[in-house]
Amino acid sequence: MQRTFISSLIGLALLGAASLAQAQVTVAEPWVRATVAGQQATGAFMALQSTDQAKLVGVRSPLTQQAEIHEMVMDKDVMRMRQVQHIDLPAGKAVELKPGSYHIMLMGLKQQVNAGSNVDLTLLIETAAGQKQEIAVRAPVRALNAKSGQGHHDGHGHKAH
Amino acid sequence: MKASHPRRRLLLGLLATPFVLAACKDSTPKQAAFSNLEGVNLSSADFGKDFALTDTEGQRRTLADYRGKVVLIFFGFTQCPDVCPTALTRAVDIKEQLGKDGDKIQVLFISVDPERDSNELLRAYMQAFDPGFVALRPTQEELAKTAQDFKVFYQKVPTGSSYTMDHSALTYVYDTHGKLQIALRHTQTTEEAVADLRQVLALSH
Repeated sequence: MQRTFISSLIGLALLGAASLAQAQVTVAEPWVRATVAGQQATGAFMALQSTDQAKLVGVRSPLTQQAEIHEMVMDKDVMRMRQVQHIDLPAGKAVELKPGSYHIMLMGLKQQVNAGSNVDLTLLIETAAGQKQEIAVRAPVRALNAKSGQGHHDGHGHKAH
Repeated sequence: MKASHPRRRLLLGLLATPFVLAACKDSTPKQAAFSNLEGVNLSSADFGKDFALTDTEGQRRTLADYRGKVVLIFFGFTQCPDVCPTALTRAVDIKEQLGKDGDKIQVLFISVDPERDSNELLRAYMQAFDPGFVALRPTQEELAKTAQDFKVFYQKVPTGSSYTMDHSALTYVYDTHGKLQIALRHTQTTEEAVADLRQVLALSH
């Protein structure tokens, strides 16, 4: 299976710390769920993997004033949403932001998000040494009724037979 | 017929017992004997009997409007990042996998966030999944009552400058006579849901 890796590191070490090794964070299969007109919020999903211990501490997007990291938990049969301050990225371990789990909430959308377009996101990463990094991600928009979180991820139209 | 010996009659009576029980079962088909249900058996539940709510076209609706259909009721809101679209997408897939029987499925979406879920927004949201899905938009008072009647939990959760909603993620399933039979859990796959729904559909035969 072909995986699309988008890894663009913006900005190197800060304040003369250039000699310190930076955590290399890769972003796989980012996507954002499309919205209908008038809908003010949606979710962004992806898999993150860092070479070194790091954490995702924030997200920005030109599409919205308010982007938060959320965790969804099923408490018996109740869905509970809570904002989390960060998501740990253990060294070498893929962490999935997916429906039913961690995700990025884009709230107060400035415009409708249409399937087939792309949403720009900036991930704010903090390394174990306290260094900040920004990662630019271009996330394709999948249809509102996109299959989610079940099995493989080929990005489009995998229907059960 | 000649009166039989008392002892023989007793024996016959005992032998007949299983048949009598079987006959009773047949005469009350709505008390379903589900087998290997992945969802929750609610056939003897004493809640979720009915609602009276307005749809996005301003029509007052109750369960009686959907007699002859297997009704699926889901409580949710359109700003929902994944549980609601996932449940509605599964409903689309269920209809597809049921083939012809899919036409007997009616999905109703009851908003737990009528403050932000306008009729227009709910209509567009349903359209994005299946034009046949119906959204109901309660007033806050109606929502409180309906949630109580259906034992559904919902709660506003502040987040930053906005809010999100915690809510029950079960899908209630009614037989074609409008009686609550089962609830699909959010974690059930489409295939598991279809297997459960076939049992509910079989009740109307």
